Amino acid sequence: MAAIEILSLEKTYQVGFWRKRPKLALRPLRLTIEEGEVFGFLGPNGAGKTTTLKLLMGLVSPTSGSARILGMDLDDPRMKAQIGFLPEQPYFYDHLTAQELLNYYAQLSGVPAKDRARRVTSMLERLGLGGAARTQLRKYSKGMLQRVGLAQAILHNPKVVFLDEPMSGLDPMGRREVRELIQELRNEGKTVFFSTHILSDAEALCDRVAVIHQGELRGVGAVAQLTAQSQGQIEIIFCAQSVPAALSALGAQARVSGEMVNAVIPEEQQDAALDVLRREHIRLLSLTPVRSSLEEYYVQKLRPLENGKGAGA
Amino acid sequence: MNSRIGYVAFNTFREAVRDRVLYNLIVFALLISGAAVLVGEISIDVERLVVINLGLTSVSLFGVVIAIFIGIGLVSKEIDRKTLYTVLSRPVRRWEFVVGKFFGLTGTLVVNTFFMAIGVFLALLYVAHHFEKADLSVLAALYFIVLEFLIVCALALLFSSFSTPLMSAVFTFALFIVGNLADDLHSIARSTTGLAGALSTALAYLVPNFSAFNIVNQAAHGDPVPGRLLLYNTIYAALYSAMAISGAVLIFQRRNLK
Repeated sequence: MAAIEILSLEKTYQVGFWRKRPKLALRPLRLTIEEGEVFGFLGPNGAGKTTTLKLLMGLVSPTSGSARILGMDLDDPRMKAQIGFLPEQPYFYDHLTAQELLNYYAQLSGVPAKDRARRVTSMLERLGLGGAARTQLRKYSKGMLQRVGLAQAILHNPKVVFLDEPMSGLDPMGRREVRELIQELRNEGKTVFFSTHILSDAEALCDRVAVIHQGELRGVGAVAQLTAQSQGQIEIIFCAQSVPAALSALGAQARVSGEMVNAVIPEEQQDAALDVLRREHIRLLSLTPVRSSLEEYYVQKLRPLENGKGAGA
Repeated sequence: MNSRIGYVAFNTFREAVRDRVLYNLIVFALLISGAAVLVGEISIDVERLVVINLGLTSVSLFGVVIAIFIGIGLVSKEIDRKTLYTVLSRPVRRWEFVVGKFFGLTGTLVVNTFFMAIGVFLALLYVAHHFEKADLSVLAALYFIVLEFLIVCALALLFSSFSTPLMSAVFTFALFIVGNLADDLHSIARSTTGLAGALSTALAYLVPNFSAFNIVNQAAHGDPVPGRLLLYNTIYAALYSAMAISGAVLIFQRRNLK
């Protein structure tokens, strides 16, 4: 069974006070995310990522279309008991302590009373907030609030977790911890749907990604597949203080840094390049095919659209 | 009560307490004790009347101000601060949230009124040196004030479900004032005919009839309160608040949380 099925979900807002005019936030979106998948939802700011998440959480109603999570409708309380949600830049009741807040959310999520205290304590420990459990949230830093946000999203052991920009506002250590947490969720068999514009995070964590821009889905696929495409080039790293002329003649684009040269040559010149190195008694350090990064895929998908917008403007 | 409504209500109550809403009790305590001492010094035979009048009017005004100023922010503040997102993404229905918020605020007001009532009775004991059976009508007046708070809270919630906090405060306060003049509106309706008569009759029945809840003078004079009035006012307050809350739920149900 699919964990999330988005069936032509569409949202148009009415903006303006006197003369209402439509503003398209999301064109009909079709997506299926399988159980146990870590799915990245990529796009620049204002692309429609948060709108999609709000539609899935039932915070805004769709103009048309529908979606199902774990085979249930979006307004089904049984489904909501099995999902967790971290909004972008989450705000919480700042008069509560982290412990009280998590206890309140555990109550609302239907966690049995006998398990609540244990679950809250272990979650605070897991997110490194054990020492600040009894501190009111108004005294928390942005990074600590983000951790509280993550804690409340997974507190009730949900099957599907939605994270809206989970790395936002975190320092490098915090980002690393969130990445590890997502890995743990994957290992526990949970489905994770997260939106981000930090491509390295998506590349490191996701099984599949979708790219959205101006409310429209521009591409979707497995990260391994998108990044495995060879670009027809080979990267050679060898020990030398300058680039051999014979290698330059093969069309190598080289960069010298100290005692090391990093050269990129066309794939068909690989054997000839190795012959040059052998002939000149140069020590080869590595030879790897150049593959696309997720960033290149993303840029390739969005650059024509951005250029088109610029030309039209 | 549905347990989720209870959890939301308790959180609302806790928020009000931590936001130092109950600090108004200190001002009230100073006011009522000062009045009791002053009245005890200067008046002859009317101490009881003055203390009850001043005490009950203060209870009502303090409570209405709290009901309006917290009531208008109950839902809108949660939308603005986005605290609602992590609540409504759980198995909490929107109507449960609104009703929970309403009960949380009315619970706060009941606790607040309870402590104020203790203040009123202590002041009464100070000036009269004893309680009498007629003081039971003070209890009835306090009960009616609490019923009045239910309606004011419900109206504040209703207005805040579609309007800005400032406009909601203005609407609710205006309706509170007009509602206290409901008896006069009914008199005008009876004395006019035609379109004006129809409009004033409609208005008289539409606005909450707060004048029926105001028995401060009767209580001060120790007049007994008929059981029928207790019943009617209870039913009226329950129905009126239920209608206002239903309106708030209907509007909130359709609202997009951008």
